[in-house]
Formats: sequence, C-alpha cells, structure tokens
Amino acid sequence: MTNLRRIIKAGFTNFRRGGLVSWAAVLIVTITLSVITALVLLQAVLSYSLAQIKDKVDVTIYFNVGAPEDQITLLKSSLEKLPEVAEVTYTSAEEALALFRERHKDDYPTIQALDEIKENPLGAYLNIRAREVSQYETIANFLKSDNALTLGGEGIIDKVNYHQNKLVIDRLNSIISGAQKLGFLITLILIVISIIITFNTIRLTIFISKEEIGVMRLVGASNTGIRGPFMVEGAIYGVVATLVTLFIFWPITHFLGKSMTEFWGLNLYDYYLSNFLQILILVLLSGVLLGMISSFLAIRKYLNK
Amino acid sequence: MIYFNNVSKVYNKDGVALDDVTFSVAGGEFVSVVGHSGAGKTTLVKMILAEDRPTAGTVFFESVNIHKLKNGDLTKLRRRIGVVFQDFKLLSNKTAYENVAFAMEALGKTDEEIAADVPHVLELVDLGNKVFHFPHQMSGGEQQRLAIARAIVNQPELIIADEPTGNLDPINTFEVVQIFKKINDLGTTVILTTHNRGVVDSIQKRVVTLEKGKIIRDDKEGKYVL
Repeated sequence: MTNLRRIIKAGFTNFRRGGLVSWAAVLIVTITLSVITALVLLQAVLSYSLAQIKDKVDVTIYFNVGAPEDQITLLKSSLEKLPEVAEVTYTSAEEALALFRERHKDDYPTIQALDEIKENPLGAYLNIRAREVSQYETIANFLKSDNALTLGGEGIIDKVNYHQNKLVIDRLNSIISGAQKLGFLITLILIVISIIITFNTIRLTIFISKEEIGVMRLVGASNTGIRGPFMVEGAIYGVVATLVTLFIFWPITHFLGKSMTEFWGLNLYDYYLSNFLQILILVLLSGVLLGMISSFLAIRKYLNK
Repeated sequence: MIYFNNVSKVYNKDGVALDDVTFSVAGGEFVSVVGHSGAGKTTLVKMILAEDRPTAGTVFFESVNIHKLKNGDLTKLRRRIGVVFQDFKLLSNKTAYENVAFAMEALGKTDEEIAADVPHVLELVDLGNKVFHFPHQMSGGEQQRLAIARAIVNQPELIIADEPTGNLDPINTFEVVQIFKKINDLGTTVILTTHNRGVVDSIQKRVVTLEKGKIIRDDKEGKYVL
C-alpha cells in the first residue's frame, strides 16, 4: 500500500518536474486522441449519411384495381415474417387516391380528369423496407416464388418496381459497402500510425531517463519501484491529453454543427454533446492504456540488462 | 567478506582488464585499490556489483557466487552494498532529501524511518542546509557528499567508492576521505579505488596495487607506490 502510494506520488512529481518533455509527450498523445475522436465523429457522419440514403430505398408492390383486401393483408403478413423485411406499410386504394389528390392539388387539369372518371383508378400498394439494401433481391425473389403465388399474389399484383430500381439499388449497395470498408481501413491505418508515433515519443522520454534507471537499479530499487512511476506518468499523459482533446473538440464541433449541418444532415455538435460520455470513456481509456502500455514496453529494455 | 578467485576479464584480444586476480577482503577492512587509469580498478568494482561478468573465475560475497544470482536476488545483494561513483550518479530530478529517501524506499523502509534518518544522514555529511536543493544546484563536493549520504543511509555492510575524489578539489577530497574513515571506524567495510597519492597515504590502511589487470602489491599498511 505504501509502495503504491509512493509510486503514484513519484509519477506525479516526475510529470511535474519533467517540464517540456512531459508536455511534448502530452502533445503527441493529444494528437493521437484527436485522430481517434475525429474518426469517431467521421464514422458517425458516414453511418448517418448511409442510413439516410438506405432509408430512401424501398420496393413497392402495386396491386390491380379492386384486388381484395384480405388477400393483400395475407401477403403483407407473410412478407412481414421474412427475416430480411424491416417494415411493410399498406396503403389502401382510398388512401392512395387521397395522397394523389394531395400531391396534385395545384394541378387543376389532373384533378379535373380524376373527377371526371368518378371511380378510383388507383390500386392499393405495399411498401417494403428491407433491413439491408442488399436484401431487396431476396424479397423480390420471394415475390416471384411459389409461396407468394399460392397466396394468390399472381392474380392481384400489377407490378413490382424492384426490377426498375434494381440498377440503382445494386450500385448503391456496392457504394455503401465500399465506403464502409474504406472507412474502416483508413481508421485502422490512422490509428496504427498514431499509436506507433506515441509509443516512440514515450520511448524517447524514457530514453532520456536511461541513466536514472541505471542509478535506481544500483541503489537497489525493485523493478516495480522503477517501472511504476513511469507507468503512472504515462497514465497522466493520457488523462491530460484526454482533457485537452475533449476541450479542443468542443469549439470545433460547435463550428461544424453551425456550418455543416445542412450538408451532412447531422448536427455534429448535438451528436458530440449527446454522446459525450461514450466519447469521454473511449478517449480516456485509449489515452491511459496507450500511455501505460507504451511506458511499460519502453522501460522493459532497461530493466532486463 | 569478498573473495576473488582467479578472476579474469577480457574485453577483446588486446584489452585485458583483469588478469587472474585472487584476493579477499575481510569484514571491517578499509582497502584502497590503486593503479593508473586502465589498470582495472573500475572493472574490479563492477565485478563486485555484478554490473559485468568475469571471463573466468568466480567472485563471492560471503558464501554467495555473485554472478550466479538471479535478477531479484541481485537486487537484494545490491541493497547490502552502498556505492559511490566518481560521477556521483545522483537522480537529477530529485532533491537531496529525495535522493537519500529513494534509497530507503527501495528497501521498503516506513515513512517514519525515512523522516527520521534522512535529515540525520544529511547532517552527517554536512548538507543540512541543502536538503531541498537539486543536484545541479550543488557543487561537486556537495554532490559527492550527497552520494555518500545515500550510500550509507541504509547502513550497508560494504561501501564501494569508485574514484570518489576524482572530480573534487583538495579540500573536498580531504573531507570526503574523512567521512569514509569515520564510516569505517563505525564498522563498515570500505573498498575505495583511487589514483590519488595523497588520499592513499593519508588513510594508512591496506593498499592493493593493480597494474595491467594484475595485483602487483598488497600491503597491510601501505602507501601509494607505483
């Protein structure tokens, strides 16, 4: 217990007396943590945009005029049982007509033509949303399959717009998965680079203390007694760098929230504030672990001589 | 206490640091090891501290073969030896007080013991007024006295001083030697290496003379003869 207290105290004292070297290490760790935070925010923007785009993709089944509603409901409930389907919304013929009128209310000739016909020329339709863009194919295949046909689908389905949209959906699908893979790869590379730079910086700060470590060994200090304060110092780099990083990102996200919200469709400042605790934990953990593990590894070389 | 049995150390073909050295140091002795630069004095010290391994032969500390010790046991051995170097080897980012306290912490002494002993030892080497100074704020003589304070604070059985006066002026040299004599009078074994004739002659104790890695003289109450 006394040992632990002494180690922690020595870590703080060394940090304070380290002066410029300590702050240089903090700066490098701050840069690493900033990269991590920036990537977290970027991923948020990316996944938000992708979700927005995905949300715009759907498949609609148009039914013939006068198709019996119970058959449609039957098809709807069997569609809902498919694991790929996220949501099926039913729009009846009457609702379709009302929506049509609403949409064309300023288009007088169309409305007049509609009034002229008297009866409803529109059929009901089902709007299907898949969980993933890539799953529309499966759903479309289901509609073509015997299952759907025995439910009487063939007789009542006018058309399914999947085949018209197929090209767009396929292309979007490959763009989304490509963007996700690329984003992940870039994230990984940047994080690895920053970790290597941080590790080397901390190695340098310990290299400066090489002589001191030798003296400590000669005086008879145990390995824990020598290594401990350096690891505490590493942890302090992490904590201070975390505070600096989170503080820096406050005005940055505020500015981006103000100027880029319309472009991204996501207010980064709101996102930053509402996820502050998660970001704090992630950054703090990365910083402290990075500092401690780097110190641990860097000092090993001088202890095993 | 210390036994060298046919110890040789060869760094490379032409550089023989120790050549078949056999001698022993009894408890309570004050031994001066003298010789020109490069005679093997520092290598001899490094053998005792296990900072370096002999090419041949064995070195015993009491009944323990120093070079057969594992890392943890070596640490324990080093705690029984106080070391003073020519270049002081102080911890530069610690104050005088902390430098001495560090040696006590390494042995797991309590805060009370540290608070009681450190000022006392610093007073003993006449640094009572420099307790909170950093090494770079002290003169060479003061730094060396601080190094001695650190070496003796744990009351080691053996003090090894490797050219402790090498960087000091005559007055500081005299003071440092007096401190070593006092330590020896209190029963601690002292091994001191030096090439300073005045130091050796003033001590009037055993002198071991090295030349080219060999012991050429070993006198009970010797003088510096080279």
